[in-house]
Amino acid sequence: MAALEEGFTLTAVPLGSGPEGPLGVEQSDKTDQFLVTDSGRTVILYKVSDQKPLGSWSVKQGQIITCPAVCNFQTGEYIVVHDNKVLRVWNNEDVNLDKVFKATLSAEVYRIHSIQGTEPLVLFKEGAVRGLEALLAEPQQKIETVISDEEVIKWTKFFMVFRHPVLIFITEKHGNYFAYVQKCSSRVLSKYALLLGQEEESVIQSFSMSVDRKFISLMSLSSDGCVYETLIPIHPSDPEKNQRVVRSLLLKSVVSGNARSGVAFTVLDRDHIAVLGPPPSASKDCLSIWNTKFQTLQTSRELPQGTSGQLWYYGENLFMLHGKFLTVIPYKSEVSSLAGALGKLKHSQDPGTHAMPHFVNWETSQGYGPGSQNSEQSKRILRRRKSEVSAQPEVLASTQLLATIQKDSEKHIEVELRKFLAIKRTADFHTVIGDVIIGLLGRCKAEPSFYPRNSLMQLIQTHVLSYSLCPGLMEVALEKTDVQILQLCLQQFPDIPESVTCTCLKIFLSIGDDSLQETDINVESVSNYSDTLQDEKMEEQTEIFQNGFNPEDDNCEDCAPELNEKPQATTEESTSCPVTPKRAALFRNAILHSAYSETFLLPHLKDLPAQHITLFLQYLYFLYLKCSENATMTLPGINPPTLNQIMDWICLLLDANFTVVVMIPEAKRLLLSLYKFVKSQISICSELNKIEVSFRELQKLNQEKTNRGLYSIEVLELF
Amino acid sequence: MGEFKVHRVRFFNYVPSGIRCVAYNNQSNRLAVSRTDGAVEIYNLSANYFQEKFFPGHESRATEALCWAKGQRLFSAGLNGEIIEYDLQALNVKYAMDAFGGPIWSMAASPSGSQLLVGCEDGSVKLFQITPDKIQFERNFDRQKSRILSLSWRPSGTHIAAGSIDYICVFDVQSGSAIHKMLVDRQYMGVSKRKCIIWGVAFLSDGTVISVDSAGKVQFWDSATGTLVKNHLIANADVQSIAISDQEDSFVVGTAEGTVFHFQLVSVTSSSSEKQWVRTKPFQHHTHDVRAVAHSPTALISGGTDTHLVIRPLMEKVEVKNYDAALRKITFPHRCLVSCAKKKQLLLFQFAHHLELWRLGSTVATGKHGDTLPLSKNADHLLHLKTKGPENIICSCISPCGSWIAYSTASRFFLYRLNYDHDNISLQRVSKMPAFLRSALHILFSEDSSKLFVASNQGSLHIIRLLEGSFKHLHTFQPQSGTVESMCLLAVSPDGNWLAASGTSAGVHVYSVKHLKLHCTVPAYNFPVTALAIAPKTNNLVIAHSDQQVFEYSIPHKQYTEWSRTIQKQGFHHLWLQRDTPITHISFHPKRPMHILLHDAYMFCIIDKSLPLPNDKTLLYNPLPPTNESDVIRRRTAHAFKISKIYKPLLFMDLLDERTLVAVERPLDDIIAQLPPPIKKKKFGT
Repeated sequence: MAALEEGFTLTAVPLGSGPEGPLGVEQSDKTDQFLVTDSGRTVILYKVSDQKPLGSWSVKQGQIITCPAVCNFQTGEYIVVHDNKVLRVWNNEDVNLDKVFKATLSAEVYRIHSIQGTEPLVLFKEGAVRGLEALLAEPQQKIETVISDEEVIKWTKFFMVFRHPVLIFITEKHGNYFAYVQKCSSRVLSKYALLLGQEEESVIQSFSMSVDRKFISLMSLSSDGCVYETLIPIHPSDPEKNQRVVRSLLLKSVVSGNARSGVAFTVLDRDHIAVLGPPPSASKDCLSIWNTKFQTLQTSRELPQGTSGQLWYYGENLFMLHGKFLTVIPYKSEVSSLAGALGKLKHSQDPGTHAMPHFVNWETSQGYGPGSQNSEQSKRILRRRKSEVSAQPEVLASTQLLATIQKDSEKHIEVELRKFLAIKRTADFHTVIGDVIIGLLGRCKAEPSFYPRNSLMQLIQTHVLSYSLCPGLMEVALEKTDVQILQLCLQQFPDIPESVTCTCLKIFLSIGDDSLQETDINVESVSNYSDTLQDEKMEEQTEIFQNGFNPEDDNCEDCAPELNEKPQATTEESTSCPVTPKRAALFRNAILHSAYSETFLLPHLKDLPAQHITLFLQYLYFLYLKCSENATMTLPGINPPTLNQIMDWICLLLDANFTVVVMIPEAKRLLLSLYKFVKSQISICSELNKIEVSFRELQKLNQEKTNRGLYSIEVLELF
Repeated sequence: MGEFKVHRVRFFNYVPSGIRCVAYNNQSNRLAVSRTDGAVEIYNLSANYFQEKFFPGHESRATEALCWAKGQRLFSAGLNGEIIEYDLQALNVKYAMDAFGGPIWSMAASPSGSQLLVGCEDGSVKLFQITPDKIQFERNFDRQKSRILSLSWRPSGTHIAAGSIDYICVFDVQSGSAIHKMLVDRQYMGVSKRKCIIWGVAFLSDGTVISVDSAGKVQFWDSATGTLVKNHLIANADVQSIAISDQEDSFVVGTAEGTVFHFQLVSVTSSSSEKQWVRTKPFQHHTHDVRAVAHSPTALISGGTDTHLVIRPLMEKVEVKNYDAALRKITFPHRCLVSCAKKKQLLLFQFAHHLELWRLGSTVATGKHGDTLPLSKNADHLLHLKTKGPENIICSCISPCGSWIAYSTASRFFLYRLNYDHDNISLQRVSKMPAFLRSALHILFSEDSSKLFVASNQGSLHIIRLLEGSFKHLHTFQPQSGTVESMCLLAVSPDGNWLAASGTSAGVHVYSVKHLKLHCTVPAYNFPVTALAIAPKTNNLVIAHSDQQVFEYSIPHKQYTEWSRTIQKQGFHHLWLQRDTPITHISFHPKRPMHILLHDAYMFCIIDKSLPLPNDKTLLYNPLPPTNESDVIRRRTAHAFKISKIYKPLLFMDLLDERTLVAVERPLDDIIAQLPPPIKKKKFGT
């Protein structure tokens, strides 16, 4: 919910300005410090939370500041322009503006823009844009004219889009408005004509904007009191051409139509805008917050002493002129929901927070500004509340949850568990989770019909479980042949015993394809790669199998016999995947990545039936071929098994079942190809061993080249 | 800032000795390191790992064991059969005592620190009582068949474990008899090796003995029953060292393959109190044998044949993740081994047993930044001066005019007169050195080469006037009464009027050479001084400390200068403070009084005091020339610290004249090339 907090006056003395109010309020490089530029001759640096000026600088009598002072975030210096053309750069230590760095420019400056993360930008009245560094290097450089003769810049803004600075400025000529978007990185200037729609005669009084992924959303407040939105693309399709953009009504009559000049507005966040001016029904000036999503007025604050039609918004503070004083109203917003917007949600005022006094009481706050004190206080309250919540209620919640597990239905447990997991994690989170899962498994064992699958999945996905923390979990999953849970476990647990890994492998190999189709297995890691597989297979296999063969249905069982039947097609055949993508996903992610120790795994691998061994070997051989296809010897996809993992598994399988594999006729071809490739590997290794010495010599030669010898005389210039 | 011709010297063929032992002292947070040439160094881990004390080596004194006892007393023992105690104040050997058991292989101080145990070649284990000023032999334990290579006390002090060849022996301290003999398997990867050497043992308070051996095993034994509890095979080569933490919850072992393994005692499950030793982390910071390891409360320390001392902080023990938590690799001594005769362009290099004198070459060519100029004359090796006797050189110096060379070993002081006759050099030793000039920690000549300043141990400073071929003792500054701390750094002002001297902990003393009295003392600072120099004309004393602070103290005014106050107020740039090698040399530009040149092992810096100081936002080190020649940019980016990192590792840098620098580099590759080859590991195939 958007809320305005109690405001305070920044300047105790009235600004020495005319009715126009200050020239500008800009952020400085320190948080909480702002540069206020008077429309006369003075720049003052304020610390807002202290309501205290930290520094003040004035130009000479007779000179006048024409552009609000900004801070160069890269150097921490301040920049101001007086008499339209004279640029001054100074920093905190400087006292007299006359003695600081000065550069006289060849054209009149409209504004200097400075934001975090990029160098300041100077916008000239003729529409030309220059970076500050480039300008200071050559102050008298010629400035070109961009906009036409009678066009006048009305409003401008500098912002970052994906770390690229973008400048937008609006000009007016005879009641027509144009928007220029200048991308500083590419120096592309796009021009757009703003079409006003039906309200031809209305005058735009104020602009504001926000950016999303593709569009600049330019909002304008017209003299009829309505807010319109215009979408300008950030990446124009054709930057050369003049383009037109239409505006659409966003909010109706937020200010009274016949308001005097004092109207301004600014975008606060995605859904909120702040409007300064008299509302339609009243005559007194008001600051109001509107929700644009739900078109509702969120809150408003009366400003009885009138205002100047200027509004700045930085961080969490709204700056405006109230009477003769610059006033700051802190603004807080939370994510808006329909309920919140309609006022259905009960949001009781926190008893701990109380409205801040209008002026700081220096006796009590002792160095803490109102802002910091406030945040400090609220933080403290938050912390206290959190610790209370985490201390007792957490324990309560876990015991309650355990009680629920013992008697309630699966559905109910799931809901309770989700609630429990939503609470912030504490230090002993994993032990609590361990208790919960042991409770669940205990009930599973006691009641054969009870199997809270979703809850278990949720718990596994908390990433805090390990096999030793809940040894029963995989047992239960194996019993139920729940492939999905097993896959998750194999991915998440670092310490699965080899016997269990082997049992999982057995299940993955033996489970029917139809039952695999039904389960929801994460095939993410093989998806993009099996796509290419399928394509390849299509191409190749259509060559071999003329008709009546659907490669989608292809699986291993008929793959091996076919190998035997059609030996002439084997070269092509060997590159096709012997298993379905889902099964491949199971193998790849779950089995190949799991940690094991050979001595413990070997005896279990001996238990695999011959058929499964050949299938798995075929798949591994296929992966190996895929691997060796590219130079880096890697498989595509996310987190693929490495060549070493594949090789190790081939070796293990062969070691464990060598006699069996030798006896099976289907495996003969596979063995032959494996033998061939081992032979080639050995020869490569021996060759590499032979040339290792030469490699080293080459390296030495290379080093000698960079080595300058024992003595040289060189020239060095220090900068 | 200006252009310099840099003599880039890489012919200083210095190879540090390999590290043999390290011993960590928890009380003072200091680390003693002994090297294969018998030298012992003491590092202050609280003062940015600065090597604050140094004991020179000795040819016959190969140190095999090093330990702290009775608080802060340091003992070593070696293959010459002697136990040596070091005097940490006077920086010399306090006494050496023969243990009469042949070469000593191992030594351990009792948990209380009052007894010392040595294991000898003849198989005897000897117990010594540590008395306030000496050690006294007490008794022998049961004699074993072969040499005792490792020893460890049970923290309760009742038992010891001794590692020999093929077996570990557990002794009862009270009776001195062996109660268990635990035989170690000789099998190594299925092949029976000749012998299994127990390189290290550690006795835990629960009675467990951990042993490391030449078959690559880490084994856990139960000393009550004498049985093997657990076996970790961690390497294909020897495991050579072990060190255990004080809490006995973690230990570290080093292998001949250069790997260091960290073992930790972790609980088996979350709830049970049962704990087991688990190998947690391997570190590979060495290329050669890790001969010694130590375990400080927050870091693993290792050193070996590849001469690096590596300090690897344990991240879980580090409270603040600041720069102290980074890995440290110390390769070069924190002293200056090079001296320079500016006028004659001579460099004197100090090695363990000889000195080398080189004359720099010259060129007539000029060039721009980055050019290598053609040499019109190459550098000459003029002199190779071998020391007499087995002792290593402590310090050496060549006079600025190049006609005197002085050096000192632990017991003798040598002064030579050099005569140059065109290309011929004749060397003449100045004989009959006075009795008080026996050993020096630092030697310095005055700028006009007419005076010699010698800092001897026991804290006295001698001034000697040099005449053609002879000398005359002028004065000796005695240390302040009550202090015995030796001065190990000297600096003399170019006009010869002031002499500054600094010890390892107390402040810097400034003496007036004209009036021969103490002029003032610079206020003591928490961190040891790493380099000293007095600026010409202004007589400002510039002091660099191991925490990277630099002070400037005006000797005539007896106060810190304005510039020093300003930089202390503003603070140094954070990158400057994060450098991990100390400044080892400071010099000045003869024509520009505002410039100070200083260097550490990885950079040199010219501080221009007239420019504004950098703050944390400005770029401290800008290797590239300003691309934009605009004055505005230059004005805004220029700051006082002009840093160059071109020459590294840098052992010495000085200004020969206004436009000429000399930089002595020692590339690590050249050092590695001179080390014995590491254990070969096959890269391809199995």
